Amino acid sequence: MFVRGELEKIEQKVLNGKRLSREDGEILFVCNELSWLGALADYVRKKICGDLVYYNVNCHVNLTNICKARCKFCAFGRNADDKGSYAMTIDDAIKLVTEASKDPHLSGLHIVSGLHPTWTFENYLAFVEVLHEKFPNLHIKGFTGVEIQHFANISGLSVEEVLIRLKAAGLEAIAGGGAEILSDRVRNLLCSKKATADQWLNVARTAHNLGIKTNASMLYGHIETLSERIEHLIRLRELQDETGGFQTFICFPFLPKNTALEKNIKQTSTWDDLRTMAISRLMLDNFQNIKAYWVMLTVPVAQVALSFGANDIDGTIHRENILHDAGATSPRALAEDEIIKIIREAGRIPAAVDCNFRRISK
Amino acid sequence: MILDKAKEKISSGLRLERDDILALYEDNDLLYLAESARRVKETKTDKKIFYTVNRHINLTNVCSANCPLCAYQCRSGDNRAFTLELGDVEKILQDAAQIKEIHIVSSLHPDKNFSYYVDAVKLVKKFLPNVGINAFTPVEIVNFAKISGKSFSEVLSELIAAGVTSLAGGGAEILSDRVREIICPKKCSASEWLEVMRTAHKLGLKTNASMMYGHIETIEERVDHLIKLRDLQDETGGFQAMMLFPFHPENTELSRKFNLRRVGSWEDVKMLALSRLVLDNFKHFKAFWVMLTLPIAQLALSFGADDLDGTIGEEKIIHAAGAKGSAGITRQKLEKIIVETGYTPVERDSFYNEI
Repeated sequence: MFVRGELEKIEQKVLNGKRLSREDGEILFVCNELSWLGALADYVRKKICGDLVYYNVNCHVNLTNICKARCKFCAFGRNADDKGSYAMTIDDAIKLVTEASKDPHLSGLHIVSGLHPTWTFENYLAFVEVLHEKFPNLHIKGFTGVEIQHFANISGLSVEEVLIRLKAAGLEAIAGGGAEILSDRVRNLLCSKKATADQWLNVARTAHNLGIKTNASMLYGHIETLSERIEHLIRLRELQDETGGFQTFICFPFLPKNTALEKNIKQTSTWDDLRTMAISRLMLDNFQNIKAYWVMLTVPVAQVALSFGANDIDGTIHRENILHDAGATSPRALAEDEIIKIIREAGRIPAAVDCNFRRISK
Repeated sequence: MILDKAKEKISSGLRLERDDILALYEDNDLLYLAESARRVKETKTDKKIFYTVNRHINLTNVCSANCPLCAYQCRSGDNRAFTLELGDVEKILQDAAQIKEIHIVSSLHPDKNFSYYVDAVKLVKKFLPNVGINAFTPVEIVNFAKISGKSFSEVLSELIAAGVTSLAGGGAEILSDRVREIICPKKCSASEWLEVMRTAHKLGLKTNASMMYGHIETIEERVDHLIKLRDLQDETGGFQAMMLFPFHPENTELSRKFNLRRVGSWEDVKMLALSRLVLDNFKHFKAFWVMLTLPIAQLALSFGADDLDGTIGEEKIIHAAGAKGSAGITRQKLEKIIVETGYTPVERDSFYNEI
C-alpha cells in the first residue's frame, strides 16, 4: 500500500521535470487515482509535444498469417494447412494498395506479417522493393523487431545487414510490435519461439544506429505482473536514453478472444487501459509521442485517451486484420474526416504525418 | 480572467455562475474537470459507487407526441407498435425475485386513459409490495393531467396512492422552448416539466433529473438547463440523482433533418464532470451505461458519477436509437466494473438506502 504523501512527492517530481523511479511507477499502478494520473500525464503531454495530435492516412498490409511462432496471445497466426490461412503474392499486395490508393490522401503503408515457415528473407524483401517502386509516394513502415530477427535467423545475415537491405529496398521505419512484455519469464510462457527481450531491443538499437527510426510497444493485460510492466517501460526508456531512436510508444491491451489464453484471461478494463496509458506517458519521459491505438482501445476510449497522455491516434488503416481476428469491436477502418472530428472535439489540432512524423502538406 | 475565477471558486467550493461554466466548457481541460468532479463526488458519497437490481417496463411505444428526437415511438398500426396489457405486465413480474426497483416509462398512448397507467402501477405494487416503483416522466404526468382533466397534484396523488415511490427524470431534454419546438414540439413545455417536478417534490415524491445533449442545442442552452435544475433543487431539494443522456441519432427524424452525428465520448465525460460541478446541490450522478456503453460508464466513475444505475433487464427506448450497450447486465458484472476502479460497490434500493 501507499500513503497519500507519496503521490504528492511523485506529483512534485513530475512538475519539476524529474525522472520517475521504478518505485514511483509501482505506486502509480496501485493508486487508483485515475483522474489525478490523467491530469498529470496530460500536463507532461502538453509540455513535451503541445496540442497537435498526429495521425496517418495509411493502409495495413499483412502479407501472410501463416506463422511458425504461434504465440499464445495471438489470434491471427495460423498453420499453413489451417482454415483461413493465406499468403499474399506480390500481385495481391499491389492490388490491395492500388485499391487503398483510391484515397488521394493515402500516404503510407504499414506492413507486418506472420513468420512464414518457408518464405525466405528475399520473399519479404521483394514486397518492399516492388511496392516502393510501384508506389514511390507512399512511405513504408514495416516489420517488427520480431520479424527482423527472424529474417536474420533464416538468411544467415546479421540484423544490421538485414536492416541495410530493407532500407535500400525502400523501408523508412520499423514497426513497434513484438515487444509484448520485455521479460524472458513472460516470453518463455507465451511466445518462446520468437525474438527474446534482448534480441528485440538489439534490433531497435541496431536500427537506431543505422538512422532508422522505430516504434515501441507493450502488450499488457495477460499474464504479466505490474512490476513487469514497469520493468518493460524502464528498459525502453534506457534504450531511448542511449539512442533516441524511438518515435512513438503504443500500449496494446491484450484482446483474448480466439487466442489460447481466452479461457483464463478476461479483457482489460477501460480503467486499466487509461491508467496504463497515463503511467507510460509519465515513465517514458524521453519519448516524444504516445499513441492511442483506436483499433484496440475502441474509438471512444482512444478519444478520451488524448487527455491521458496520448498525442498520436494512429491512422485510417484501410482494413485491419490482426486484432479483428481477436474480436476487436472497433471498425476495421476510420475515415480521415472521422479522425479529424475526434481530435477537434478534444480541443486539439489534427496533424497528418508520415511514418517518421513529418507533416504531410495538403 | 473569468476562467481563473471559476477555478478559484471550484477550489474553495463556491457556486459556479453562468459565465464561469461557459469559460470552463470553452477551456476544455478534460482532466481538470474530471479531477475536480471526482473530488466533489468523494466529498458527497466517499468511495461508494451505487447500483441497483432493477427492471425496466415500457408499457407501450404508441405515441401521440411523435418527437423528432425519438426512435422508440411509433403510431398505432405501425408494425413495431406494441401495448402491454395487464396480463403481459404480470408475466414480466414473474421472475422478479431479486429486484429492488421497477422503472416504468412509456410513450403517450393516444387511446389509453389514465386508469390504464394507474392499474399497471397497482399491479406492480400487488406483486412486489416492497419494491420501489420509479415511474413516469413529467412528460407523461402532463399527459395524464390532460387526458384525465385533473391537476398535476391530483394525478400525482393518485399515482402515489397506487404505489409510485418516485418519478423518473426523463423528458427534460433541454429545458428551452426554442429547442423543444424543434426536437419535441408536441410534448410538455420547459416550465410544465419543472412545475410537475416542483409539485411532486412538495407531495414528498423524490424524482430524478436529466439532460439530453448533443443535438441542436447551444452550449448556453445546456448551461441554462443545468441552472434551472439547480434553482429548483435549491427550492425543493427533491431531486435524487442527475442523469446525462447523449443524443443517439440513429433512426430519428431529427438526425435525418439536421444530419446529426453522435457526440464523442470526450463530450460525454466532459459534460458529466462539468454538470457535477454545476449541480452542487445534487447528491447523486448516474453513469447510465446503456447510453454510454460499459467501458465509458466505468471511466465516468472518475468524472464524478457515483451510480451505475442498474441491471435493467431489458432496455428498449435507447436501443431503438442504436445504443451499443447490451440490454441487460448481471449484478456480478456491475460489481466487477466498480471493483476494478478501486471504489466500493454498494447495492441500493430506490432511495439510495444501502442493502
